[in-house]
Amino acid sequence: MTWTWFHRLGSPPYVYGLAQRLTPWLGWPAALLIAGGLWGGLLLAPPDYQQGDGYRIIYVHAPSAWMSLMVYTTMAAAAAVGLIWRIKVAHAVAASCAAIGASFTFAALVTGALWGQPMWGTYWQWDPRLTSELILLFLYLGYIGLRAGLEDTQRADRASAVLAVVGVINVPIIHYSVTWWNSLHQAPSVMRLAKPTLPPSMLVPLMMMLLGFTLLFGALLLVRLRAQILARERSSAWIREALGT
Amino acid sequence: MTELPANVAAAIAPAAGADDFRPLSSLAAARMALRRDLTLAFRQRGQLVQPLAFFAMVTLLFPLAVSPELARLREIVPGVLWSAELLASLLALEFLFRDDVQDGTLEQYALSGQSLTALLFAKTTAHWLLTGLPLTVMAPLAALSLGAPTSAVAGIVASVALGGVTLSLIGSIGASLTLGMKRSGALLSLLTLPLSLPVLIFGARATQLAITGGVLVAPLELLGALAVLGVTLAPLAAAAGVRISLE
Amino acid sequence: MPSRSLEIENLHLWRGERHVLRGVHCALGEGQCLKLTGPNGSGKTSLLRTVAGLMYPEEGQVRWEGRDVREDLRSFHARMTYLGHEPPLKGDLSARENLRYWIGARRALSAPMIDAALGSVGAGALAGQRVRTLSAGQRRRVALAGLALSAVPLWLLDEPATNLDSDGQQVVADLISRHLARGGLAVVALHHPLHVSGGMLELALAA
Repeated sequence: MTWTWFHRLGSPPYVYGLAQRLTPWLGWPAALLIAGGLWGGLLLAPPDYQQGDGYRIIYVHAPSAWMSLMVYTTMAAAAAVGLIWRIKVAHAVAASCAAIGASFTFAALVTGALWGQPMWGTYWQWDPRLTSELILLFLYLGYIGLRAGLEDTQRADRASAVLAVVGVINVPIIHYSVTWWNSLHQAPSVMRLAKPTLPPSMLVPLMMMLLGFTLLFGALLLVRLRAQILARERSSAWIREALGT
Repeated sequence: MTELPANVAAAIAPAAGADDFRPLSSLAAARMALRRDLTLAFRQRGQLVQPLAFFAMVTLLFPLAVSPELARLREIVPGVLWSAELLASLLALEFLFRDDVQDGTLEQYALSGQSLTALLFAKTTAHWLLTGLPLTVMAPLAALSLGAPTSAVAGIVASVALGGVTLSLIGSIGASLTLGMKRSGALLSLLTLPLSLPVLIFGARATQLAITGGVLVAPLELLGALAVLGVTLAPLAAAAGVRISLE
Repeated sequence: MPSRSLEIENLHLWRGERHVLRGVHCALGEGQCLKLTGPNGSGKTSLLRTVAGLMYPEEGQVRWEGRDVREDLRSFHARMTYLGHEPPLKGDLSARENLRYWIGARRALSAPMIDAALGSVGAGALAGQRVRTLSAGQRRRVALAGLALSAVPLWLLDEPATNLDSDGQQVVADLISRHLARGGLAVVALHHPLHVSGGMLELALAA
């Protein structure tokens, strides 16, 4: 029973329809959670006793950074599935993740820079987390660049899949080495809050934002996935039926 | 059809029915691949100089751009050395697969019945011997010219040697994925550099400790760990990349 | 020992959006040669490369001695030689050295064997010359010598007589005929006729 369900996930028409149906179930809750999280974090939560109100950007920065990593992992996992079992839909999923992940990474970098400005007077710090995010951005750009540079879709899928898998193995290594490098030079770290544990008034909005971003990723992924499937299968009969032409 | 003289026929082909089923081990085949690449490189010696000249030139940029004072230059030696090493290694990557793709011999490697992973490991080893090893010799000279003390030489050689091995291995992955792409230089850099950053970080630290006279064990061990990881995983990924590019 | 056979079953291959191979179906036994004909772009090279395992078909199977070649691609490769459009030779090595590194990576070779093979295709005088200095036809002959040396049961040849004069074409025909007489199998893509003893099965591909 579960095997046929898995098998159906490899079928582009089925996934296309499923994506279409699921998108609002992810999109609306995402919008509500993000709205609620922003309201709770920007308005309701108390100011940090060390950083004042400037810390509030964490409600966007932390979820963005978390998502940038999660999306890369998802991308690599989908790519690996496509590579090993030669499932085209998996490759389409990986392709759909790339731009979303790069955007989250970019958002994390920008919010990190905005955080640094009022606190330290500079827009950029070679803080280990920001540095890791920057390197992650380059990993995304490399993936996107490789896909763009290879004309044959099948070769682009498989080559970028190898790259994604190699990248995901490297991410912990890169993160470790950057942290190690940073600990040697004791550069100040902006991205921490004074308290070691967060009170619920701060934690709840943060969790809401995190969950909201995750659902947002899901919704965006499904929208992009449908576009990918359309592009890949444009000459198939079922596409013409589905579009009613 | 004309028959071959018996002695010629016997010389070429085994007796009817005999099966030459993979008589050569992958190790022997890998050794042949190594020997072949080294032989070829010596017949085109001119090409080998380019990464070295590039490395020397990059090193020269810094006294001109920063300051001729050795005291100031000494502070930036790790940065200069490892930036030059990374960039020269990237430049040299071009030579790894380019000719073999053009003349079809890489394809024959994939069809040889031998482990493509082993053959590519042999090729990458040859590549390091031809580019990484000379850079390992040049690096301490460059460091000395920038004011590093002679006591630092041993540490610099060790770190550049270890780091260079890993850089060649990581580079082979990107090169395998971009086989046959025109003007892939910038893309290859974009793919390879982020993956090479840990080598840069540990290598630069080792170089700095060598200059200040500290204990290098920690970063050298980390470089060694990266090299071991590279040796075990990179040829596998490169073989996958080659097969994908040949499809 | 199972008798040698090559079965191509219902191969479908897409290159991008082009349906290049549409259900190709064929079987070959010992001593048989399959001739692939068809206009440019009809998929002759794609079929050869799919049989060789370089390309992966969306549907269908290639079987050698009854087993799917994908189960153990390396063993299959050890039993076949594929020759594409370009002779796989390094310009800076001599003909002899090229054969040593190419076929010598698969089976143990000696210098007399290599020279005998070069002689048998009319390239004996070229043994010590750098391949870079040879003409296209001469390079083709060196590649054919490699084919003769490879001593494998299955040959996959893409336009083996390209760049050869009528003498050279006879060399190719003789080479294939001797191979078949020894119980070998061959799949050959051809534009021009080649007279192989015992005739050839033909598979015509449409564009």
